[in-house]
Amino acid sequence: MIEVKDLYFTYPNGVEALKGISLNISDGEFVAIMGQNGAGKTTLVKHFNGLLKPSKGKVLIDGADTKDVSVATLARKVGFVFQNPDHQLFCETVEEEIAFALRNFGFKENVIKRRVTWALNLLGLKNYRKTSPFMLSGGERKRVALASILAWNPKILILDEPTIGQDYNQKEKLRQFILQMKAQKKTIVIVTHDVEFVAECNPRVILMSEGKIVADGEARKILTSPGILEKASIIPPEISRIFLELSDFGFPTNVIDVYEAGGIILDFWEAKNR
Amino acid sequence: MEMAIIETEELTYTYPGVEKPSIEKVSIRIERGEFTLLTGPSGCGKTTLCRCFNGLIPHFYEGTLEGKIQVAGMNVTEHPIHELAKHVGLVFQNPENQLFALSVEKDVAFGLENLGVPREEIRKRVDWALKVTDIYDLRERPPYELSGGQQQRVAIASVLAMQPEVMVLDEPTSFLDPLGAKKIFEDIHKLNKELGITIILVEHRLDLTAKYADHIIIMDHGRIVLDGDPRKILASEEARLIGIGIPKATRLYQFLNSKGARLNSVPLSSEEMAQKLTEIFKE
Repeated sequence: MIEVKDLYFTYPNGVEALKGISLNISDGEFVAIMGQNGAGKTTLVKHFNGLLKPSKGKVLIDGADTKDVSVATLARKVGFVFQNPDHQLFCETVEEEIAFALRNFGFKENVIKRRVTWALNLLGLKNYRKTSPFMLSGGERKRVALASILAWNPKILILDEPTIGQDYNQKEKLRQFILQMKAQKKTIVIVTHDVEFVAECNPRVILMSEGKIVADGEARKILTSPGILEKASIIPPEISRIFLELSDFGFPTNVIDVYEAGGIILDFWEAKNR
Repeated sequence: MEMAIIETEELTYTYPGVEKPSIEKVSIRIERGEFTLLTGPSGCGKTTLCRCFNGLIPHFYEGTLEGKIQVAGMNVTEHPIHELAKHVGLVFQNPENQLFALSVEKDVAFGLENLGVPREEIRKRVDWALKVTDIYDLRERPPYELSGGQQQRVAIASVLAMQPEVMVLDEPTSFLDPLGAKKIFEDIHKLNKELGITIILVEHRLDLTAKYADHIIIMDHGRIVLDGDPRKILASEEARLIGIGIPKATRLYQFLNSKGARLNSVPLSSEEMAQKLTEIFKE
């Protein structure tokens, strides 16, 4: 459980990035934090694994105040995958990269071997076992960074912009994977701009603007409210935009899924032709 | 027929120390003034192909290049990068790889200074590029202090300032928020329509970009698998099977089509789909 209580954070250069954030994220929840560049999304999630400590207010992870726990201790529980994989990768091969943290956590060699193979397979990287991460494409490096965190099986997983540079198939795998993690009662927090991805996953959405939370609720509701979204520099997903345009014909405006949309249009079309 | 601005014939390239070619037998033709969308699964060779357009391959990356490539009337293998740079500007995926100066303004001016453009002209072009990309107010800030999105704008502005005939943009808005991305795509479209700059845009997010394209090229495993009219290609079964991010409006079209509800043309965006459905329901 993540508890954030009236959190303020000011960077050393004086920029006030968070201005009174309060929220709870329960075990097994899937949350997407959305908002424009500079809204404070990454600053907020960096508090979840103790990379940043509050200037004022509190962040509790399973009841423990992040001010009292070291990042190293928190890391075992909270895995953080950075937006830019180049900030994270440094080993000579993909395999070593994934094994690195496992060695640091003191896992046995046979366990390390098994987990590395598991993570490589899960993310479609098994052909790159002996390749240098820096020979890979941007999207592939991103998957290596994710694999290296998944390997130690943290309870809470934070993914900063996980879909950047990912193709359709990879996004679909990521979605399946998140649903699987959710079924295992893991907590997943993603920071993202990718409205279409969020529309396909339908998680709880927390919308931020200028260091504050401006909306909190299910994707289907928030992603179909253009007024709220505009404050956060977000455009409604494509399907929602079609239905907002068609509202004059009496179409519902809270639709984000292609097949649901298709069904509604067909019914309307048939009724009209009858 | 007028000479294509980019033409490749059986282009095959292998990075040094690697066995398998990253692109294989690529034959494409991009006409002057076209807006081309280049897409395909990650690792399919898109970025490698883009590196051929401005001579980074073979001049910087070395390796083995076979086949032919002509850009703006020049054989790429025979012309150095700095000569090609006057004609082809490349915006990278990760802006950090591109920015290095102490102020945004200096970064944007760098390419022009290197080409020996007169002072006055540099000033004019830099200001123009900064305004188009909406970072004029940041001109005195150091690029490394900016957010990922702002840095990407600086990278685009520095290429824009060179006023190249061809701009190659490799996922230029990855780090931007959706409204920011939309604005950049609109600006790129404007550069294409108003200034006639040939655009090659590498993107996965076809929802935001397909509507601007005159031409789409889809790669898979280093080869060209589909090449032609975006409406035909994106609505095809082949495109769906390769697993590219078909725009939602086009997927909705396919779904309706499969149920016998036929629209008279393929929509590539929500605007086009909403308009078509409005026409039908108003009758």
